[in-house]
Amino acid sequence: MSQSIITPPGNVELETRDLSVLYGPTRAVKHVSIRIPDRKVVAFIGPSGCGKSTLLRCFNRMNDLVPGARVEGAALFQGRNLYGGDVDPVDIRRRIGMVFQKPNPFPKSIYDNIAFGPRINGYRGNLDEQVERSLRHAALWDEVKDRLDQSALALSGGQQQRLCIARALAVEPEVLLMDEPASALDPIATQKIEELIYQLKQDYTVVIVTHNMQQAARVSEYTAFLYLGELIEYGPTEEIFTNPREERTESYITGRFG
Amino acid sequence: MSGGDARQRCSGCAVAGGAHPAAQRDERRFRPRLRARARFGVVFQAVTLVATLIGVVVLAVLLADIIADGSGRLSSDFLRHNPSYLASRAGLRPALFGTIWLMLITAVVAFPLGVGTAIWLEEYAGDTRFKRLIQMNIANLAGVPSIVYGILGLAVFVRAFALGRSVLAGALTLTLLILPVIIIAAQEAIKAVPGSIRLAAYALGATRWEAVRHHVFPLALPGILTGTILALSRAIGEAAPLLLIGALAFIDFVPGSLTDQFTAIPIQIYNWVSRPQQPFQELAAAAGIVLLILLLGMNAIAIVLRNRYSRKH
Repeated sequence: MSQSIITPPGNVELETRDLSVLYGPTRAVKHVSIRIPDRKVVAFIGPSGCGKSTLLRCFNRMNDLVPGARVEGAALFQGRNLYGGDVDPVDIRRRIGMVFQKPNPFPKSIYDNIAFGPRINGYRGNLDEQVERSLRHAALWDEVKDRLDQSALALSGGQQQRLCIARALAVEPEVLLMDEPASALDPIATQKIEELIYQLKQDYTVVIVTHNMQQAARVSEYTAFLYLGELIEYGPTEEIFTNPREERTESYITGRFG
Repeated sequence: MSGGDARQRCSGCAVAGGAHPAAQRDERRFRPRLRARARFGVVFQAVTLVATLIGVVVLAVLLADIIADGSGRLSSDFLRHNPSYLASRAGLRPALFGTIWLMLITAVVAFPLGVGTAIWLEEYAGDTRFKRLIQMNIANLAGVPSIVYGILGLAVFVRAFALGRSVLAGALTLTLLILPVIIIAAQEAIKAVPGSIRLAAYALGATRWEAVRHHVFPLALPGILTGTILALSRAIGEAAPLLLIGALAFIDFVPGSLTDQFTAIPIQIYNWVSRPQQPFQELAAAAGIVLLILLLGMNAIAIVLRNRYSRKH
């Protein structure tokens, strides 16, 4: 499929060029070219199995950890090839953070959850301040400041997910990848996460995969619709939802399949 | 809405038989047999309880028997004396210390080797043919009779490495015996650590070593310790491989170094049981009690260690 590469205004933070991901013989992502602007929220939408999570995981090379996964084409971060020979995925993952679908705090104290990333990455500032700053940034500080030494598993699901966001922020990434971050949460916790995403885009580029189209419409400035591994349509969120150019996009957002 | 309408609407649905008209509920189409099913549940529960009790009762009888036979011989003298041809003066000292030496050396050698192997297999090896080959061999080695390990120990440690009939040769033989058990237990404990924890660590820029060191290993440790203690509990009761490497000799001293000769409690029991006189039978029972107490002590240590590591989070 020949797709015109839409270039949103502003600096390009992440980019893929003719990117494919193969699991063995199966091509999960097919020749995707997309440009993601700096300090904006971009949503990936599409039915289950459309490759949106796989595409997301290319940006911090988490697909490296899947046995048998292979990447073709190029993925660039600030113009640098993420799959170049001189790129260390460990370095990339500090600069491009990730939040997962199910909250996955370490079974340790709240403090140690946040402090782990800075510690292993040789953080040279005051660790206590970094923990506080990260928790404040994730709008969790007031709820946990008196029990930082308690287990993170004692928190509610929504709090755990904000802890995971705070944990990702503690290593001061430039990009935050979020893989359906609210799909395991109740509506109130979901609302808090969405408000948080709205705050975060002032400092971070956020790429969010979501099943929830209202969520994509609420939080994102740009939306990409993927179907069967292909990027079908990409553009300003408002256009995608009010005036899609592709019939398949329209069918999906109006709920006729997916 | 009439029943006919409902049938029409459902005619395309995937459920076999199409419509199930709730409006025309007919109890005769079910035969729940609730009493019979409930009775079966009760019977099954009773069967499992009986199975449990048989094991517990046999163990209790065994314990009562050994305590009845041996408790009269248990005294501090029994632990302090050397074996003797006079039952009244015979003691367990060399065997007791020999067993303690064996367990300490075996634990110190087998734990790092076994856990290291398990971590490599689970975290580093991937799914290669080489890994599957090793895995298959470990599973098979866990089932090899202990006397075969004795033959190996005799050939390799006693003769080829020229360690002689030393406590070190004995401990290394026992290490080989329990290594597969420790490896498999440690692998299971490592596998039980959720993948999401590893992903969380990697996503923060952790290396594989850091993910293992800070998250996988601490979470797996309680299970690893349990497996190690179970393996050592097997080793502490082994006589056959030690007999083969020559620990049967009459020993009236406590090993002072790794290269000293030794004997162990199971061998002393074997020695005493094989004598016809009744007092020696009682001594054997008393030695059995000491062995059981050592076992309980080891299990207690495992529980304490496990709780300490579990409480951290």
